[in-house]
Amino acid sequence: MCNQAVCLAAAEFERSGISTVALVLLRQVAERVRPPRALALPFRHGYPLDTPHDPARQHAVLEAALRLLETPAAHGPLLVDYDPAAYEGERA
Amino acid sequence: MGDLSEFSLPVRLFLRAYRFRVIDPVPWAPLRVPLARARLALISSAGFVLPDQARFDESLRGGDASFREIPFDTDPSALVDTHRSESFDHEAMRRDPNLAFPLERVRELATRGRIGAVNHRHWSFMGSLTAPGRFVADSLPRLAAAAVADGVDVALFVPV
Repeated sequence: MCNQAVCLAAAEFERSGISTVALVLLRQVAERVRPPRALALPFRHGYPLDTPHDPARQHAVLEAALRLLETPAAHGPLLVDYDPAAYEGERA
Repeated sequence: MGDLSEFSLPVRLFLRAYRFRVIDPVPWAPLRVPLARARLALISSAGFVLPDQARFDESLRGGDASFREIPFDTDPSALVDTHRSESFDHEAMRRDPNLAFPLERVRELATRGRIGAVNHRHWSFMGSLTAPGRFVADSLPRLAAAAVADGVDVALFVPV
């Protein structure tokens, strides 16, 4: 239910003029609920930022989320899959 | 990818039958300043509270729709996990709360200049909300208004 809740919360912020990114752990929930911007993560519940005590991996997730904010889209929903391999170099 | 196979059969059946809310129309707020000048706030559904804050109420039918403010300079190790769900592994986020509430990571983003600033407060709630009516009608408008009053430009939402 966390996935639905963050999507609904993001939408309320977006209605208030604040740009948002929702991380989601169940892509199918994001497809159904339709938050404005969402990054679908390949991790199990309890591990949204990948690995505990691994700042580089956690930053890689955050960087992907920030890039979603910078994506020049005109409207949502924008749902993008996170690919950890795309950020391998940045974790080094 | 997180998927339904992570969950027990009763939870899978519940989720398959559950009528998820649909956001329609989808609101859209373009980034109004470059990230290097943007003020960021975190909102995590991991159910963390500070030791002097009330725990989220596990007994409320449909879920606890309340929020807790978490100051930006909080030591993550001070966060207490009060999420009621037994459907995920809590152990890792208890060892490193940054995993679900990346307080230190966003401070580092500001130090590096990737974002302009971290808001002076973030927000925590417990995402185990099977009946989100009060959350949507009452909690979220108040929370969004607080973020607007703080001058928040971007918000990152983290589920668990």
